[in-house]
Amino acid sequence: MDLYEHQGKDLFAKHGISLPERAVATTPEEAADSAERLGGHVAVKVQVQAGGRGKGGGVALVHSPQEAADAARRMLAEGFNGTVVTRVLVERLVDIAAQFYAAISLDRSVGAYLAMVSNEGGVDIETVAQESPSAIRRLHVDAMLGLRPYHARRLSGHLPEETREGAAELLGSMFEVLASADATLVEVNPFVQLTDGTVMALDAKVTIDDNALFRQPDVEALKESFPVDPIEKRAKDAGLQYVKLEGEVGIIGNGAGLVMSTLDVVAQAGASAANFLDVGGGASAEVMATSLEVILSDPDVKSVLINIFGGITRGDLVAEGVLGALSRVSLEVPIVVRLDGTNAEEGRRLLAEANHPMIFPAETMLEAARRAADLARGAAA
Amino acid sequence: MAILVDERTKVVVAGITGSEGTFHSLRNRAYGTQVVAGVTPGKRGQDVEGIPVFDTVADAVEQTEANASLIFVPARFAAEAVYEAADAEVGVIVCITEGIPVRDMAQVRAYLRGNRTVLVGPNCPGLISPGRCNVGIIPGEICMPGRVGLVSRSGTLTYQIVHELTQRGIGQSTCVGMGGDPVHGIGFTGSLERFEADPETDLVVMIGEIGGADEEHAAAFIRDHITKPVVAYIAGFTAPPGKRMGHAGAIITGSSGTAQAKAEALEAAGVQVGRTPTEVAELAQAALS
Repeated sequence: MDLYEHQGKDLFAKHGISLPERAVATTPEEAADSAERLGGHVAVKVQVQAGGRGKGGGVALVHSPQEAADAARRMLAEGFNGTVVTRVLVERLVDIAAQFYAAISLDRSVGAYLAMVSNEGGVDIETVAQESPSAIRRLHVDAMLGLRPYHARRLSGHLPEETREGAAELLGSMFEVLASADATLVEVNPFVQLTDGTVMALDAKVTIDDNALFRQPDVEALKESFPVDPIEKRAKDAGLQYVKLEGEVGIIGNGAGLVMSTLDVVAQAGASAANFLDVGGGASAEVMATSLEVILSDPDVKSVLINIFGGITRGDLVAEGVLGALSRVSLEVPIVVRLDGTNAEEGRRLLAEANHPMIFPAETMLEAARRAADLARGAAA
Repeated sequence: MAILVDERTKVVVAGITGSEGTFHSLRNRAYGTQVVAGVTPGKRGQDVEGIPVFDTVADAVEQTEANASLIFVPARFAAEAVYEAADAEVGVIVCITEGIPVRDMAQVRAYLRGNRTVLVGPNCPGLISPGRCNVGIIPGEICMPGRVGLVSRSGTLTYQIVHELTQRGIGQSTCVGMGGDPVHGIGFTGSLERFEADPETDLVVMIGEIGGADEEHAAAFIRDHITKPVVAYIAGFTAPPGKRMGHAGAIITGSSGTAQAKAEALEAAGVQVGRTPTEVAELAQAALS
């Protein structure tokens, strides 16, 4: 889960990281009031779960409350790169002497954290990595040991003399944020040295591990602030992994890999998937029925492909769920069902006995994908 | 031979008294696996259809000589269960649990570094040496004893491909479900290394997916160290960037971790990459004939 900048900065503040004075505004009037209070010279920044704001017109440097209101009005009305904008951050401008970059992220290939500091900040870090790799220092941080003062000294050792101590302190605090909030990424681009010597974080990019939300109630509560697609919300509430896609074949499967593979095979059969939906392991009849309701509520769906290979998931329960859903939704599109694995024979028998005109059993995954693609095309024609 | 588990494997199941734990422990035992003990704190002295339950893994190991641990406990307790099993010196730990926080797994990885214990998973279906031993939730009836080693990031996709192999009469030496989490135990390279050394394995099938660089690392490892033929499948060619596709680890970040890049890296290392699960089985069949 990616946090908004202002939410990341609230976490930073708790751990003693220096930040510009700031306020969140949800209306142009609030933005003007905040700008007034902060002295008139402010940055107005869109709050979205994405980067590239500077280049994309998501940050305005203004010099009066009126200009702050105008900028906020534009951002709230226009959104940012197709995303709804519900709030902006209004922040006092500071006198910057130098800009740098710092990040701590999960390095999945070694199963440890990777800390990075660049003496070029405020620019795209991947560009720096390509064009001047010596600007960046990297260190792996053992998750048991944590980021120690010697790590921080080493990481900031290539920065200007007067910046090192402040940068080292910043790194220590960033790791505290990461560990205490179960973040997988804490990035500050840029952090700056002010003309008065203070080292300060001007940005905050924080990604939280979704698996850890059960022990991060304060962070979990922030979820409410993010815009969600109503179908995605319904799926999430039911404990389903759902991603909306562009195509016309609704997909339900068990296991992420099998569902991804099903999307690929449907594409090879000449159609494309309307969604990714993984019912997970051990899906009950109830979960199957809800999944079907979620898929059928998407108007783009012209046919549905249910592809289940049972391990924990039992084929008989899948069949019961599909049949149970029929009493709750009116079935206007055809459903192709392919069952294999645990209790699949029992499931196939249940479906055969029901003998429903809109349910098409298929023997293999390839056959099922082709059938669903053909049915979607038939519906479109 | 096979790798990691065989007829000498004795399994202790953490979380045996939960519904999934009971169901799969009994299935594993029915397959012929020696399921010798279960662990649920506070339930010492009970049994699950004759399988004795202990309070701790160490007690279970002392009394039953268990040498493998199978973990079904909920995510918030799973890291603890891995530490406990590692300290009890079981050789192999298979963690089925899904949804373990990344920080817990990074700490587990740090703790296991330099330890001889092999962790399989988490968020995985376990592993099976067909005809000998099944530790986890892979349906034994779709497998068949034979000479293909298989290693995969996905559970059900593994079943799909194993099923296609079996239907063609191609049996398996061992199938390793390494799991779909970003931080995990044994991976492609550790499995490939063992399959290379296993005289009963002639060919390896590896099943990857979008996200991370495990497949790219495997490609480099294959080029330098593996002489046996390898056939691969990568899921997620049509997955959009920036979206987590079910597995915590299955996400294309910026331009890295795409199926295309992984397939190209593997092909450059001489690996044949099938475009559907069916094609993978066909390629394996051709390579073995």
